[in-house]
Amino acid sequence: MAQIIPLLGGVRGGFLGRKISVNISRITDLPTPKSPPKRGLSNSTMLAKRIIPCLDVKDGRVVKGTNFLNLKDAGDPVEIAALYDKEGADELTFLDITASHENRDIILDVVKKTAEQVFMPLTVGGGIRNIDDIRRLLNAGADKVSINTAAVKDPEFVTKASRRFGSQCIVVAIDAKRVKGNVANTKWEVYTHGGRTPTGLDAVTWAKEVEAKGAGEILLTSMDCDGTKNGFDIELNRTISEAVTIPIIASGGAGKLEHFFDVFTKGKADAALAASIFHYREISIQEVKEYLIKKGINMRINK
Amino acid sequence: MIVIVDYGMGNLRSVEKGFERFGFDVKVTDNPNEVKNADKLVLPGVGAFRDAMDGLRQRELLRPIADYIQSGKPFLGICLGLQLLFSKGYEDGEHEGLGIIPGKVVRFKFSENGTKEKLKIPHMGWNQISFRKEDNPILKNVPCNAYMYFVHSYYVCPEDKGVVATETDYGVRFTSMVWHKNIFATQFHPEKSQQYGLTILKNFGNL
Repeated sequence: MAQIIPLLGGVRGGFLGRKISVNISRITDLPTPKSPPKRGLSNSTMLAKRIIPCLDVKDGRVVKGTNFLNLKDAGDPVEIAALYDKEGADELTFLDITASHENRDIILDVVKKTAEQVFMPLTVGGGIRNIDDIRRLLNAGADKVSINTAAVKDPEFVTKASRRFGSQCIVVAIDAKRVKGNVANTKWEVYTHGGRTPTGLDAVTWAKEVEAKGAGEILLTSMDCDGTKNGFDIELNRTISEAVTIPIIASGGAGKLEHFFDVFTKGKADAALAASIFHYREISIQEVKEYLIKKGINMRINK
Repeated sequence: MIVIVDYGMGNLRSVEKGFERFGFDVKVTDNPNEVKNADKLVLPGVGAFRDAMDGLRQRELLRPIADYIQSGKPFLGICLGLQLLFSKGYEDGEHEGLGIIPGKVVRFKFSENGTKEKLKIPHMGWNQISFRKEDNPILKNVPCNAYMYFVHSYYVCPEDKGVVATETDYGVRFTSMVWHKNIFATQFHPEKSQQYGLTILKNFGNL
């Protein structure tokens, strides 16, 4: 495996050492670097928690979110993506829920057009079955893909995908549901096929396995909380977040500002994803961020 | 003409579109001659260090990139395109890089260095850049401590701290951008960093 790449004799060590041969005429307008300024030396920087709106896309149209105001076309994913961009979304996620196989390529066009206008990370999930599906989405302009059913069916698919494209673009989506009757020791079971098929897999075990197989991130949806607007499953998010070293995106249950605070603090999530509350304009991304900043959570604010 | 090097490492579309947005002529290519003779060269890339060096070597791009940089024309490395400039990478063994900037590329390690809380790897998301050099032409109109989008598990350690243009904290304080003469290279993704990231692309295009 470990092979040594042949040296580039003339170049190696050249620039900062002896062999500088720079054509000055080409760079006369570039200033020479000066030594560090005093300002800024002491301030420390911090990774922000992320807010990620999710768009459900069917046959190239956004299926929720008809309440958008001032949009020429409320079902146009590109236009909604641009609006979220303006509001300060940290990333975007498209969930392709197109049922028919022949319409599955439409999402590629949506991704292409979005990537031309919106310069932030874009994740696409839904119906990804093989390496070629991933390749086509990434080439269209997606930065990450999220895999669910295909990963459970064949865990080696995660390994193959992360080796081929890099861990940073492989998100494994886990749909987890509480196992009833286990009060002392809460467990969650993994479901596939959009929450229809129980797998018998324990969510914590599965999260550790996909990390070991090269997933760069986990999109963790609580099926118990999804759609309730009663808050994220804090226990689920904390348990998984502490079990792995890759980032966790919490999903399912966002309804109020406080829910985001709870999932970032008690739930130890690295990012929070929501669909309905943003789609139906119940809460704006900006409101969430301003609220969290006031509560001391580090957030990127759009100036 | 701004030339973006295509060597099979990830999506180049956003970088291309970022420049096109400001009306710059852009070409994505793996042709060694076009790389060598570019007016401005961009080396993007995500993925593994060794695969990237292999990808460049198979396409016979190592020498053209080195020759280009030595010509003194503006060069922009992004993410892996920053790391590849260094002498050695330690991802999956030890691998030679382009060796243009002396130093190494190492992995974040949080279990041993006494950080209070074990941080997640990769370092993924929006973090700030703290300026370490004045008058950086590609940071014109970008405020100190602006947020940029990062996704990486390895970071660069230049031997000569004089090349450090910005630093960022993630458990350790690491170099998030280098600037040495005509060489500009960022660990973050300007093409994914919204307004301030686009400003960097615009500044580079205007050099």
